[in-house]
Amino acid sequence: MELSGGEILVQCLIDEGVEYIFGYPGGAVLHIYDALFKQDKVKHILVRHEQGATHAADGYARSSGKPGVVLVTSGPGATNAVTGIATAYMDSIPMVILSGQVPMAVIGSDAFQEADISGITRPCVKHNFLVKDVTKLASTIKKAFYLATTGRPGPVLVDIPKNLTDPRVKVPYEYPKTMTLRSYNPHVKGHRWQMKKAVDCLLEAKRPMIYTGGGIILGEASAELTELTRLLGYPITNTLMGLGAYPGTDKQFVGMLGMHGTYEANMAMHECDVLFAAGARFDDRITGIIAEFCPHAKIIHIDIDPSSISKNVRVDIPVVGELKPVLTEMIELVKSSDRKPDPVALTNWWKQIDGWRSLDSLGFDRDADVIKPQYVVEQLWEMTHGDAYITSDVGQHQMFAAQFYKFDKPRRWINSGGLGTMGFGMPAAIGTKLAFPDADVYCITGEASIQMCIQELATARQYRTAIKLVNLNNGYMGMVRQWQEFSYGSRYSQTYLEALPDFVKLAESYGHLGLRIDKKADVRPALEEAQRQKDRTIFLDFHIDPTENVYPMIEAGKAHNDMRLAPGVNPDAELA
Amino acid sequence: MSHIISILIENESGALARVAGLFSARGYNIESLTVAPTQDPTLSRMTLVTTGNPEIIEQITKQLNKLIDVVKLIDISESTHIERELMMVKARAVNGGREEIMRLTEIFRGNILDVTPTTYIIEITGEKSKLDAFLNTVGEDNIIEVVRSGTTGILRGERGLIV
Repeated sequence: MELSGGEILVQCLIDEGVEYIFGYPGGAVLHIYDALFKQDKVKHILVRHEQGATHAADGYARSSGKPGVVLVTSGPGATNAVTGIATAYMDSIPMVILSGQVPMAVIGSDAFQEADISGITRPCVKHNFLVKDVTKLASTIKKAFYLATTGRPGPVLVDIPKNLTDPRVKVPYEYPKTMTLRSYNPHVKGHRWQMKKAVDCLLEAKRPMIYTGGGIILGEASAELTELTRLLGYPITNTLMGLGAYPGTDKQFVGMLGMHGTYEANMAMHECDVLFAAGARFDDRITGIIAEFCPHAKIIHIDIDPSSISKNVRVDIPVVGELKPVLTEMIELVKSSDRKPDPVALTNWWKQIDGWRSLDSLGFDRDADVIKPQYVVEQLWEMTHGDAYITSDVGQHQMFAAQFYKFDKPRRWINSGGLGTMGFGMPAAIGTKLAFPDADVYCITGEASIQMCIQELATARQYRTAIKLVNLNNGYMGMVRQWQEFSYGSRYSQTYLEALPDFVKLAESYGHLGLRIDKKADVRPALEEAQRQKDRTIFLDFHIDPTENVYPMIEAGKAHNDMRLAPGVNPDAELA
Repeated sequence: MSHIISILIENESGALARVAGLFSARGYNIESLTVAPTQDPTLSRMTLVTTGNPEIIEQITKQLNKLIDVVKLIDISESTHIERELMMVKARAVNGGREEIMRLTEIFRGNILDVTPTTYIIEITGEKSKLDAFLNTVGEDNIIEVVRSGTTGILRGERGLIV
């Protein structure tokens, strides 16, 4: 079969089983868009800004587990995509970004809409390619998908000069069935001896703690993690990226840990004698000050990426491998071991944890007349029975969502954890809704974040992706305001958002439904109205308490046992 | 302590930038970096000299290994190895200094590559410390220009860095 470069690209996507690509046309990709026009297997989603394309593809990938695919033009098209690429990179999301480039003959001449996008993206992609020969196009695309989806996943960019997609130049096409690279051999199986050591250490623990992250979700290892955790009877905490890997409503789950983690999760981290970390990367928002991180613990760490091990925190027993096979093998090792978890020590440990838990560190004023953001999220969780897909933007609303929506399943919680990208939530919800058209997809957002990609309301309209926006509107960049309150003498420098749009009218102008909610009594009815809307996007603008803060909080440079708790919550009273 | 990391890397455009970019992005030091093709034209060999405590060196080798273009690498300073650097020095050579610099060049087993009535160009090969010693001995006042290749190295014996 002889095809042009543009046709090859499209045929590659078909052969790769790609369902959707998210993109925006422009000069350098015209040949490709023409090839797309002539087929109907790959559906193109036209966004309104390239950042939206990358976040939508990212949401699609996070919810479905399949790689997200993006197509943008050269120059500004590609540079607009960079934030979304970096977002995916920080959270290890499989994505393939195809960017047009100026023709090879003018590369380096500062041509119109020329940008060295492979140079620009080099630090925020797993790998990238500049294709220089049309006969290598198909194999490069295969390599891109192979790299993006194997090992520790990540975004891969393929830059394609316009002349390579010229419809007049046809070359033989064959899509490689498999791919191997001599320089890339991701670890799969863990080292047997290391796993045995890890299991022995786990079974000797008196105050064990399990801490897992996004790697469990990416590695499809939730079932194995749940089995192992229940087999051991140990407490477990998840990172922001790892929520849903273990059922959030289970009694062994002590909540999220870290900067805005629960009192019990952070205290258990501080006091544990064995820490079992899996698919987590000891990020600074998790560890607090490194010098005082888990001061009494022997640390076991399982990760697919050797460079994650002992990067921030020295690990005693590392295991490099894919989480699913490693955890499966560890379950067998636990079952066949002569040792059993020490029941007396474990009972005492749980007693201590339950003491911390009784402090109810996530408590908030349920009797308040104003709408508390926590109340909105809690009601949403109750109403959807914890079974909706929840995307979020970045800030206080994100933390409230993480704390109060108890995720029982993996891939339901979709947020930008590593890069912390405002504007992520709505496009990610569109991508999620495309992946799961029958599911309820909510985007919990704030009035600051939502405006960073607000133009994607048009995309939601064009493709009738009926998403539900829950805007926790407090008029401030709430999280920054919170830091200014705590650390800058309440000097709210540039965090008050004057001149906010009327979000109801804005939503309506795009053809969506809009509702403004000012009273607490209207919260549940509004959410139920949203739940009833199966065919239309609805924007719920909740005017919430502008002074509410996220608690607990470990401020910068502090340790896990040094949390700022909500006013009125006193740990000394509880301990006495 | 300095570490000499030898790297086999795909001979692709951008490969060098990936290595250099990794060092600047993660705040690692590079003392020197040399790169040239090998007998296999699809592979380049890079020698990178860096400093850091053992944890940092461990991270550097892991991060380098993570680069898709890196085929293989080894920290040759951890085993018995030979290291060499090439240096060319343009030195002022007038009056009695001409004789003196020639003698020094001989002692350091260097060669004089170019002679003018007032200058020599001297070639010296050896470990970094030997090159430093030569420059010290000749003296800053007599040196017009120095070109150094950066260290390259190879393991002794049967072991090596091959695909």
